[in-house]
Amino acid sequence: MAEKVVGKGIKRTEDPRLIQGLAHYVDDIKLPDTLHAVFVRSIYAHARIKKVDVAAAQKTPGVVAVYTGKDISQKIGPVPCGAAIPDMKQPDHRVMATDKVYWVGHPIAVVFAENKYVARDAADKIEVDYEELPVVLDEEKAADPKSPVIHEKIGSNIAYKLTAGEGDIEAALKAADKIVRQKIYHKRLAPIAMEGRGVLARYYPGEQELTLWTSTQIPHLARTQISLMLGFPENKLRLIAPEVGGGFGSKLNVYAEEAIMAYASMQLGRPVKWIEGRRENMQGTIHGRGQVGYIEIGCKKDGTITGFRYNVFADMGSYFQLLTPAIPTLTGLMLSGCYKIPAIQMNVTACFTNKMSTDAYRGAGRPEATYVIERAMDLVAAELGMDVVEVRRKNFPEPFGAENPFKVATGLFYDSGNYQGALDKALKMADYTNLRVEQKKARAAGRLIGVGVSTYVEICAMGPSPALPAGGWESATVRIEPTCKVTILTGASPHGQGQETSFSQIAADELGVTVNDCTVIHGDTAVVQYGIGTFGSRATAVGGTAVYLALQKLKAKATGMAAHMLGVDAKTVTFDDGKFTSGGKSVTIQEVALNAHLAKNLPADMEPGLSATTFFEPKNFTFPFGTHICVVEIDPETGEIQIQRYIAVDDCGKVINPLLVHGQIHGGIVQSLGQALFEEVVYDEQGQLISGSLMDYAVPKAAQVPWMELDRTETPSPVNPMGVKGVGEAGSIGATPAIVAAVVDALAHLGVRHLDMPIKPEHVWNILKKNKAGAA
Amino acid sequence: MIPANFDYITVKSLDEALSLLAKHKDDAKILAGGHSLLPAMKLRLMQPKVLIDIGKIKELSYIKEEGGQIHIGAMTTHFQIETSALLQKSCPLLPETATQLGDMQVRNKGTIGGSVAHADPAADWPAAVIAVGAEIVVIGPKGERAIKADDFFVDMLTTSLQPGDLVKEVRFAAPKGKTGQAYMKVRHPASGFAVVGIAVTLTVDGGKCSASGIGVTGVSSKPYRAKSVEAALKGSALDAKSLAAAASHASDGISDAISELYATGEYRKHLAEIYTRRALETAAGRAK
Repeated sequence: MAEKVVGKGIKRTEDPRLIQGLAHYVDDIKLPDTLHAVFVRSIYAHARIKKVDVAAAQKTPGVVAVYTGKDISQKIGPVPCGAAIPDMKQPDHRVMATDKVYWVGHPIAVVFAENKYVARDAADKIEVDYEELPVVLDEEKAADPKSPVIHEKIGSNIAYKLTAGEGDIEAALKAADKIVRQKIYHKRLAPIAMEGRGVLARYYPGEQELTLWTSTQIPHLARTQISLMLGFPENKLRLIAPEVGGGFGSKLNVYAEEAIMAYASMQLGRPVKWIEGRRENMQGTIHGRGQVGYIEIGCKKDGTITGFRYNVFADMGSYFQLLTPAIPTLTGLMLSGCYKIPAIQMNVTACFTNKMSTDAYRGAGRPEATYVIERAMDLVAAELGMDVVEVRRKNFPEPFGAENPFKVATGLFYDSGNYQGALDKALKMADYTNLRVEQKKARAAGRLIGVGVSTYVEICAMGPSPALPAGGWESATVRIEPTCKVTILTGASPHGQGQETSFSQIAADELGVTVNDCTVIHGDTAVVQYGIGTFGSRATAVGGTAVYLALQKLKAKATGMAAHMLGVDAKTVTFDDGKFTSGGKSVTIQEVALNAHLAKNLPADMEPGLSATTFFEPKNFTFPFGTHICVVEIDPETGEIQIQRYIAVDDCGKVINPLLVHGQIHGGIVQSLGQALFEEVVYDEQGQLISGSLMDYAVPKAAQVPWMELDRTETPSPVNPMGVKGVGEAGSIGATPAIVAAVVDALAHLGVRHLDMPIKPEHVWNILKKNKAGAA
Repeated sequence: MIPANFDYITVKSLDEALSLLAKHKDDAKILAGGHSLLPAMKLRLMQPKVLIDIGKIKELSYIKEEGGQIHIGAMTTHFQIETSALLQKSCPLLPETATQLGDMQVRNKGTIGGSVAHADPAADWPAAVIAVGAEIVVIGPKGERAIKADDFFVDMLTTSLQPGDLVKEVRFAAPKGKTGQAYMKVRHPASGFAVVGIAVTLTVDGGKCSASGIGVTGVSSKPYRAKSVEAALKGSALDAKSLAAAASHASDGISDAISELYATGEYRKHLAEIYTRRALETAAGRAK
């Protein structure tokens, strides 16, 4: 009997083409006669455009067209925002600037030429006259009525105010023995997908077919939105997400450049291509995070939490992109962490600033929530002189599941969890008790060792449709071809996560075929039924479930056909290892597949073919969780931080491929490490992006990444039949607080209780220096 | 990331390179390994009209010892220096510097001549060539001349190379006697360049320091020789206390320390002192 492959860490079927450089990203797709586009972008954060002179650019040999904002911004619909908050103020976000520029990188003009070199030369010849305006950069100061106003029509910089949460927060804080307060920053981060954005557009006027290759996480949603922007029929617009070199949320969006290329290809009658450069990527692709908030947490003397309040200013940037205003609401949903907190309140003031829009970046609002509640738990522990583990344990709910979901004061019902189990396992791996003994000894010897613990829970498998702006279901079609090869069409749009492998594993087990018999097709709207896409750790829990359910439909039909072929009642037929058996007689799935297509021996009421489609609507989100423990040592002379150990126990429900799960955890922890210690998008006082290249913006490199000791617990989700939860963002949610806590802990004896990210060695050195001066 | 238009000429001999340089003057740039020049061109920070690729000149790639002098051809790659048995034996400071320079791809393509000619204030080689008291041998329209490394680096991205010059080799006296060396570096987390880089070579005679060379990079707009450290070391017993005392002078007289997002000038100067002490301790431990 063939071995089952679900649960096995098989290598990704995607990898050979990626490793050998044989994959096709947008820029690898070459069409004859393609024009290349280069944008002219604002060099000021806030300015009036007095004049744009394109004459010299237009005269440059090889230039076919130059568009300014004035030329096209009324011919293409606004850049869409899919999120709606009550009383939200939404600026009219046109595809290019017309009268004013709002951030460094705001597109002003675009050149189309025979090649990218000519296009760039011509772009350099475009002269823009600016009249500089005062800039608004700080999301907290932006709310001040005395601040300059970015969008005159809106009249203030406040995009919206929102209060969320349940329970009587005032009473809860009043009932506390202690209240701990802290201001906390979540600096802007750049997603830095290895492949930047890129668009290729081709229009066939005869067929009236527009094809758009674009590096996106959401091919169908992007097609709908771009068709609306262009006023072009959705069913004549084919959108293809070819190989996509990472997204991390930055491609969960619809960008001006996509619509501009589509428009230009129709106007110019030639294919047009735009490939984003890295500097453009850092200026003009969405940023993540961007919050500054104030926490207040109330506790009893024994560590019991009574209430938690988070007053936060959220930095929107100058315009909304697809989900910009929704991101802080995700923070609000997860403020309870994995703790019983009777009352929670979040007050958001979302503000416009003269910067690129923020939007979903790996975790999208949830890392902020996990970070503030985990920092708060540490602050409570410090205030009460309790161990950070004990204060967490004190507030954990008992293990729960389908029968007794965990209701938290943000309105959510967590699906299943056993927080003690993951914590215990991680503590054992770390030998926590001994770590504390060692830490004490080291401190006595003048060494600075810190231990940080984070117990996190996250919200995944986005999600029930009522909770998402454009539907939260996912689709799958599974076809068994005449030769019994299996074709899986998924509405999810994996771009590095490995679902071509894991979905094949699901199909292989269900149908008794091999992984190599299966192929997964995604990302082409002309081939794949409508779907939602890959984000919010949803592709497996929602998209994979759709595949699983389509397989069940298919098996039911195949069983009926096999019964007919065997001349028996379908109820007597069993299916195992690719064979339908009844009373000693059997027929293979290969024979059934061929019979289904030859259609000469079908039951009277059965259609030919073997294909099934499912649209799966989840009833709830899923809630993966885990414990991360980080051990750091700080150089007492320089403040440099070295991660000595990193332990992570994650629970993402049932695991289809542990190798893929580890890969996701590794990557997430690395991005957390970047946020905790290195990464920060920095604009100076004039709004110039001074972290605008990878020479300044420090994405962790392999040599900066510690060894990670990984394990997991497995608490199945009751939300879907496979019990899977999702793991794409866990590392980027759970790890940041552990790393920060470890650094803080190493300095705790000096009275340090909190440090803001990214924690740079110089900052630590300043603390050490001050302490030394004080001691002397 | 789209460079401006340029002509590309590949040459097979030094003479050919020099005559082209003479012809195109300031319009031309010499392309060695390309790992500094090409990124600058892609950002259009540099827009040379002519690139003269000297990568095929075999006569510029060598590491040899002649009459007590070590000669390293300008086109010798970082990797060749890293793995040179001659240097590992006679001047391990250079291989140790090379191992901390860039990444594998950079070390395979980048050259010592290209690096010193580019004069990035945070590059690694300048510290090492100053420490070993090297001369940069330059060839130009009027023939060859040798410039002391201390005089070669003038300012950020500026050397004493004149129009029409190119770097031919780096040469220095092979260390003699009981010598200990070390290169220590704090890497910038984004660029990998030196926040500080300290190159040390010590000679010990009768348990005392008879000579030393200390090169510092990353701290100031140009790499420099830490003369006060060298002076303090002269005749010292190389015990922990005297090394620390000497190292405390590592940033003496530096008024233009680089400040950027990752580290301020004040912190850089502090790091220079700490890492000078550590490099001295390592080098002293190796002096046998």
